[in-house]
Amino acid sequence: MIELSNVVKTYAGRRIVDGVSLTVKRGEVCALIGSSGSGKSTTLKMINRLVEMTSGTIRVGGEDIERLPPEMLRRRIGYVIQSVGLFPHWTVEENIATVPRLLNWPQPRIAERVRELLGLLRLDAREYAGKYPHQLSGGQQQRVGVARALAADPDILLMDEPFGALDPITRGEMHAEFAHIHETTKKTILFVTHDMDEALELADELAVMEHGRIVQFGSPRQILDRPATEFVHDLIGMSQIGLKRLAVQRVAERMRPGEPAPGDAIDASATLKDALSRMIERHTDRLAVRDEAGRVAGAIRLADLVA
Amino acid sequence: MTKRRTGWTAVVLAGLLFAAVLAFMPALAPVFAWAFPGIEPPVYDGETFVTLWLSHAGLVATASLVSAVLAVGLGIFVTRPAGRDFRVLADALATIGQSCPPVAVLAVAVPAVGYGPLPTFIALAIYGLLPILENTIAGLESVPAAVREAATGMGLSPLQVLRQVELPLAGATILAGIRTAVVINIGTATIGSTVGAVTLGTPIIDGLVGDKLPYVVQGAVVVGLFAVFTDLVLEAWGRLVSPPAAKSALGKAKANPA
Repeated sequence: MIELSNVVKTYAGRRIVDGVSLTVKRGEVCALIGSSGSGKSTTLKMINRLVEMTSGTIRVGGEDIERLPPEMLRRRIGYVIQSVGLFPHWTVEENIATVPRLLNWPQPRIAERVRELLGLLRLDAREYAGKYPHQLSGGQQQRVGVARALAADPDILLMDEPFGALDPITRGEMHAEFAHIHETTKKTILFVTHDMDEALELADELAVMEHGRIVQFGSPRQILDRPATEFVHDLIGMSQIGLKRLAVQRVAERMRPGEPAPGDAIDASATLKDALSRMIERHTDRLAVRDEAGRVAGAIRLADLVA
Repeated sequence: MTKRRTGWTAVVLAGLLFAAVLAFMPALAPVFAWAFPGIEPPVYDGETFVTLWLSHAGLVATASLVSAVLAVGLGIFVTRPAGRDFRVLADALATIGQSCPPVAVLAVAVPAVGYGPLPTFIALAIYGLLPILENTIAGLESVPAAVREAATGMGLSPLQVLRQVELPLAGATILAGIRTAVVINIGTATIGSTVGAVTLGTPIIDGLVGDKLPYVVQGAVVVGLFAVFTDLVLEAWGRLVSPPAAKSALGKAKANPA
């Protein structure tokens, strides 16, 4: 869905982005992670041409982005930034309606879409549609920012440190919201972050960037199990590495189907870290596991976690 | 809210007072005769004050309109990527315009364009440029970078960003600059009467030349009230074009540039 091949960006003789190739498949969530100055934001902004690349090619949905006028390209790609950038003189409804209005949607369709998105982002339309951005909390502003990006139903969402400015509790809520939105809409999402835990939690694939290059590309497990360079190793942070590994695997992967166990069951979709925490809390080395339908489907043992 | 109400009350009161003085100045003849004995007639009797005011206001309005169009246009241009290099030059030109005394501009303009309203019009138009240009630039630059990035990232064209986002957010600041220019020009226009423009300065100049103090007082009072009334009207208009939401949200965005 998004294909970068050998993309280079030079500023004043310095290669900020130095030959990046990256593919994000339809419906996948990919995190571009790195420290500041690694070129991750620049890479993201070349996709919607807020930054023009120096050389290379980028395809979006199979189409070369240089063949489209930048405005047309951008109206097809949702864009969310850290500081949100809601239009302060427009209401929540008008903000969300930005792109549909540019695309000349009929008014009733816009109004319906706004209501639908406020619902998706769990904001009560009657309460929030008419409010101005300054009347919202930081988390609510970012929800509106995400709704605005999704308004014209783009296939792709680009997010530049979307949760970086939020307090830890709100960030946690927005992570859940992110998962919920991806579950519901199946958008292809590429997001930039400097927070490895965030990337591990939200992304299907991680592209770790250093000095303008991708130094490792892989799933959270691959990154955790085999950090390719010292830098990736440092970025993960080796404290609690074991818990981080548990956090990216599901109970379903290690459970023993059909085995009975006493007590309340844990969801098969919970992480192994959740399971460990539950065992410690209950002073037990066995938990019952229930499937999506809520039926007890098996058990998981402490020994399975370390396997 | 209290502030807003007081604003409108002041506009109405100042307007009524100004209209009354303008229309009924001749009726104040006994007062001036008592205060300044021996001056005949006690109230300036060249053109009526209404005529003087209409001519004065017309001159200020057209000159300010020209300054506003030029300065807002220039302010927009020097805040675009293509015009950024001209920013310093534009600032310098407007500052020169502001620091030349209007009298000097009149002295230069009269030989060039002759007597009448035109030299005054030129002086006022030049004089009004700086406050409007400064406020246009300040207003456009106060739009948070994140808002501009989001607008561009959503797919608004540069012209749409300017018209739908930047100008509405900068509108109140730009209008404040226009207000400053207009109020200064209302005062400055009076000296136009020395070179043949018909303004509320005409009784003042006649009074100074003919040693008739009441004419100076009458002209000055009318000009003063006109300036106060115009200032209040433009201030009220400024409040109308800046939604309270835009003000506080801009303040907030400036407070934490993320």
